[in-house]
Amino acid sequence: MKALRDVFGDTLSELARQNPSIVVLDADLANSTKADKFAQAHPDRFLEMGIAEQNMVGTAVGMATLGFVPWLSSFTIFFTHRALDPVRMLVAQTHANVKIGAAYSGLLTGYTGKTHQDVEDLAIMRAMPGMTVLAPADEFECAAMIRWATEYVGPVYLRLTRDPGPAVFGPDYHFVPGSVHQLHEGSDLLMISTGTQSPRCVEAAQELKKEGISAAVLHVPTIKPVQPRDLLSFCEKFDLVFTVEEHSRLGGLGGLVTEILSEHSPRRVVRLGLQDEWGESAPNDFLLDKYRLSARRVAEQIVSKRKQIR
Amino acid sequence: MTDSTDFAELTSLARRGRWHVLQTVSASGAGHVGGPMSAMDLLIALFFRVMAVRPEEPHWPDRDRFIMSKGHAAIGLYTAMALRGFFPVEELKTFDKGNSRLQGHPDMTKLPGVETSTGSLGMGLSVGLGFAIGAQRKGLGFQTFVLIGDGELQEGMIWEALHVAPRYQVANLTAILDWNGLQQFGWLHEAGATGRGDRRDPWFGVDLPAVLRGLGWRVVEINGHDFGEIIPALQSTKARDRIGQPTIILARTVKGKGLSFTEGKFEWHAKVAGSNELEIARRELEIEEVAK
Repeated sequence: MKALRDVFGDTLSELARQNPSIVVLDADLANSTKADKFAQAHPDRFLEMGIAEQNMVGTAVGMATLGFVPWLSSFTIFFTHRALDPVRMLVAQTHANVKIGAAYSGLLTGYTGKTHQDVEDLAIMRAMPGMTVLAPADEFECAAMIRWATEYVGPVYLRLTRDPGPAVFGPDYHFVPGSVHQLHEGSDLLMISTGTQSPRCVEAAQELKKEGISAAVLHVPTIKPVQPRDLLSFCEKFDLVFTVEEHSRLGGLGGLVTEILSEHSPRRVVRLGLQDEWGESAPNDFLLDKYRLSARRVAEQIVSKRKQIR
Repeated sequence: MTDSTDFAELTSLARRGRWHVLQTVSASGAGHVGGPMSAMDLLIALFFRVMAVRPEEPHWPDRDRFIMSKGHAAIGLYTAMALRGFFPVEELKTFDKGNSRLQGHPDMTKLPGVETSTGSLGMGLSVGLGFAIGAQRKGLGFQTFVLIGDGELQEGMIWEALHVAPRYQVANLTAILDWNGLQQFGWLHEAGATGRGDRRDPWFGVDLPAVLRGLGWRVVEINGHDFGEIIPALQSTKARDRIGQPTIILARTVKGKGLSFTEGKFEWHAKVAGSNELEIARRELEIEEVAK
């Protein structure tokens, strides 16, 4: 059980020992994003850019042009909202080799309230041509994605979360972009999830089992670019599909799945996630319960939806 | 070659540049005129006398870098590049026409020699800072020049770069402010006030040199239409140690410079010349042949 932000700091520190091109640019949040581990390991390759995220993005683009592999450290909202314009024009439109370490995504941001909870980032980032958008489920997948993204030439958005969560993969996990992973077998319905919501869906499937419902869980770590074929071949076995995400129901994973299914293989899709609403300051358990993302709440919604549909 | 004969050649190039700007925008039916005209002498000085570039080898690693941060002045950049030989002058005719390398705002993915894409204002200096930091770390000796507009200088992102750059001791970074005193619409003059243009300078009442010095920049003030001031100021930034204060050159310019009907007129920020205006321009710029 290791938090993704710790994986971020540790994996980059380790990779930088072999790869002299890696630099980390931070917008004054290194001790939250855990880029401070990199600063300690490689002080000469850690660039403090101050509380100025837009300039940090532009500086990274300039350095990438000269062969550096810049990883950026800040909170998700500051990339997908405040610095969105330079991310769009300088990074995505030029296909710059810049890696966005988007820390503190989703609702569970440590008592910050809605100002710092990004529940729109997947919708925003996946609308951007040429951007790779990744949402790891656990520490092993996160480390594998950081290794992959460092080698890949082009812009990558990596959705990180703050607090430790259960692992669903093992240390030998190998990341293949676009691949999907079945985390739980089932035959009555399919849950599709992404990021650190996926382990909670596995728990939800276990709860459903107690009620005699056999639910499969499919984890989609690559929000973009997506390979519809793998997703479709999974969905075709189920009449009822639920998407579950720690994100707005609008435009994120639910958007992705409904777009693909409606075009290629129409079936009923129920999108679970935040309604068109903002979060608030509260402990994680409270937030997961109130915004219907805990294993129990996900299972309850599935039971009730199934009843309605029948 | 004496300075005066050299400046005569540069002046002639700048006239041709201004003609191409006006004519290209007219032929395309859209584009910006005032900004490219105010920056033309700076561009000609950079591309013909100051920057080490190889037009036939645009990705030459040791080249000096130029960023047109005020990307809407793209046609000014394209004109200077074409005159310098990066591509045929004839290609200017494709500007904005579809399937062209000459986009409305400079696109590094289409035209070799464009160092970064610009258009949304205020971003070029940050990329320039990345070039400068990267060059220092790789031991590359090139200079990065970033042309910014005084209208653009209102964008917050530029001030992020202006604050951070001196902390990185990037003497290999030079910002050039094309301070023409006008923007697309802007503020009206206060009663009785006058200026270089028919509207208020966006930095009216602000001691910009003092502000920039206070942030840690080396500030050089010049007349942006006098090659005798432009060239030494730009060259001085290349002659310095690579590590130290970055320089900002405050170039006083006139928007729409070079033509009686465009100088100091805010409406010529983006306006298309008609045939009468082209004819006047041809005479005033001493262009002998009207290119088709």
